[in-house]
Amino acid sequence: MNKRVISLFLVLTLLVAAVSGCTIVAPQAAPAAPGDGTVTLEFTQWWEPELPAGAFRALMDEFEAQNPGIKVQLISGPYSTTREQVVAGAAAGTMSDVVGLDGAWVNDFVKQGSLANLSDLMAQAGYDDSELAAQIQLNGATYMIPVVNFVYPVFVNLDLMEAAGISNPPATRSEFAAAAAALVDPANNRYGWVLPLSLEQPNGIQNDVMSWVWASGGSMMADGQPDLTNDAVRSVAEFIKGLYDAGVIAPGAFSMREQDKVEEFVNGRVGMMISSLAHINMIRERNPELNFAITAIPAEDGYTGRRGLPYASWGIGVAANSPHQAEAWKLVEFLMSAETNSRLSSIANAFPGNINSTPDFVQTDELFGAAFEVFQAGYLANEFVGLPVAEELMRLFSEQFQLYLDGSQSLDDALNNAQEAWMAYF
Amino acid sequence: MQKVIRKSTPFLYLSPTILLLTILSLIPIAMVFTYSLMDNVVMNRNPVFVGIANYVEILTNSVFQQAFSNTMYFTVMSVVFHLILGLSFAMLLNARMLSPIVKAFFRTIYILPWVFTATIIAILWRLMLNPNGVVNYLLATVGLIDSPVEWLSSRQLALHSVTFINIWAGYPFYMVSLLAGLQGIPEELYEAGTIDGADRRQLFWYITIPQLKPIIVSLAMLDFIWTMHQFTLIWMTTGGGPIRATEMLSTYTYKLAFSSYQFSHASASAFIILALSAFVALFYVRQQRATDE
Repeated sequence: MNKRVISLFLVLTLLVAAVSGCTIVAPQAAPAAPGDGTVTLEFTQWWEPELPAGAFRALMDEFEAQNPGIKVQLISGPYSTTREQVVAGAAAGTMSDVVGLDGAWVNDFVKQGSLANLSDLMAQAGYDDSELAAQIQLNGATYMIPVVNFVYPVFVNLDLMEAAGISNPPATRSEFAAAAAALVDPANNRYGWVLPLSLEQPNGIQNDVMSWVWASGGSMMADGQPDLTNDAVRSVAEFIKGLYDAGVIAPGAFSMREQDKVEEFVNGRVGMMISSLAHINMIRERNPELNFAITAIPAEDGYTGRRGLPYASWGIGVAANSPHQAEAWKLVEFLMSAETNSRLSSIANAFPGNINSTPDFVQTDELFGAAFEVFQAGYLANEFVGLPVAEELMRLFSEQFQLYLDGSQSLDDALNNAQEAWMAYF
Repeated sequence: MQKVIRKSTPFLYLSPTILLLTILSLIPIAMVFTYSLMDNVVMNRNPVFVGIANYVEILTNSVFQQAFSNTMYFTVMSVVFHLILGLSFAMLLNARMLSPIVKAFFRTIYILPWVFTATIIAILWRLMLNPNGVVNYLLATVGLIDSPVEWLSSRQLALHSVTFINIWAGYPFYMVSLLAGLQGIPEELYEAGTIDGADRRQLFWYITIPQLKPIIVSLAMLDFIWTMHQFTLIWMTTGGGPIRATEMLSTYTYKLAFSSYQFSHASASAFIILALSAFVALFYVRQQRATDE
């Protein structure tokens, strides 16, 4: 009998433990306001781990000091984890009050009804949006504001260029092709350009392929619909195919990722790459001897207009399910103010989302200064921002483009197939 | 009352397991199955029942068919070569002429691939198979290749390359299990076979293999299921590319869910994978039951 009682007790203990374990993993509601009326905002983002330790929290402390009665609880993680968290939160209606966003996610969240209309929040707060460098809008309403921007210019290895007898960085496609051909030295594993087309991270299509279209004022869209068969996209595809056939692109392009691309450049195996300014410090740390410069993405020969510059943003949005949208907007407004935005862009090595902000590094660092000139001379261009399933669109284009590059299909087939595949999502 | 307690006691003993299985397996499986019968769940706030339409769409999709074919090649080749390599190394390590120190040394060396996680293995082989990597360098040094081979970027080579990596990563599990099996075969059987005039080949086919058969069958079935689910290695080496050369059922399902946000299609694809795994698991359970009897 004793044995039976003990067994029963053990079983019940296990049951209680199992049930309490399940309670722990159950979704939790947003933090409740304490009795003193303090509102706690949840802010999910991937920025804090990418900034110097404590720097982002210090900004939040400053916000809390300026806004008594509002506390900010940061929920930080790597980019990919944050994305999955935000997707799950959007689906379950438990999205944090304020969320860090990538422009590629916005369309899908808006369709779900997960993001609050920032145009309405700005109007309610009487906010003047003329200071904002960009707003991501759908159906005429703003859903995301880029807080800081990481632009993608061309990085040039000056030593390799000099050895190849090239004195100036290329400014046109012809000059780029000539420079890339002159840089090639397969015996020493050196190539002119590097093109990452991995399907795991298909952002090479955005940063390294379509960027050429935008740099010459072209577009891959027409009236909000894909327009991949136009002359601008066609000429870029032909240009890159020419480089591929000439053997100036580093081998392994079809499975290469962004970090592999940077690695090739850091190790002096490629003369030129299109990459994020965020990589400057990493390149310097990895290879302090590397002598490199930054220039705008070359435009089509004869093009004299302003050049579109591809970019990636740390965007911000407010959850539609947040009961504290007015307080959430105060946090957005704080981050977008000229002073805070200058400081955030300085510590992030990024360009500001407020047109009146100027990051410190522009004055103190020659390379960033040059990049800032490129940034000011052109305009931010990333047509994937705000598109539905943007990453999947890049992947679909990449598949067709790879078939074209390796000679398995014609340019017409590649562009028509990509256009057809994209249309399924519009 | 006494009768009720007596009858319910076994269920009370089982209740923690039943509860955990229900929460961790049955409910998620039921939810995924339900999702697979709706139009786009998660992204659609009011999904409607569409029956087996998602299954029909997935099964007739050319990318799914290619992913299925790639998965079968990847899985079958992996299982076959895991067995061949695992058995070969196990027999080498079981050889009587080797000293215990030599055996321990090689056992440590051979088991190393199994110690690494899939992420480490993927990074390691990405570096080695890079066009500028050590593999091409060695092949070029001995004069076997003139120009860098794109092991993971070529449509012709990528599937074979990732299969090779998986074979390298997985054979030690067989080796360790079969070595334990070999050490458990009574020496008398070999002595009796030798007295009866059997040569080495006959001893292998008529004593070693039949003695190891239960282990081999169990290993092969478990390996088949595990390899069919392989995701990390493929995702981190090729992402399913170039084009669709290494697309597997796992990467295809992941892309449907987290790239296209087609959660209902992803659920249908996941349920098909579950059905395939369950089919193999059924044989495994039957085999286990036969062994027990």
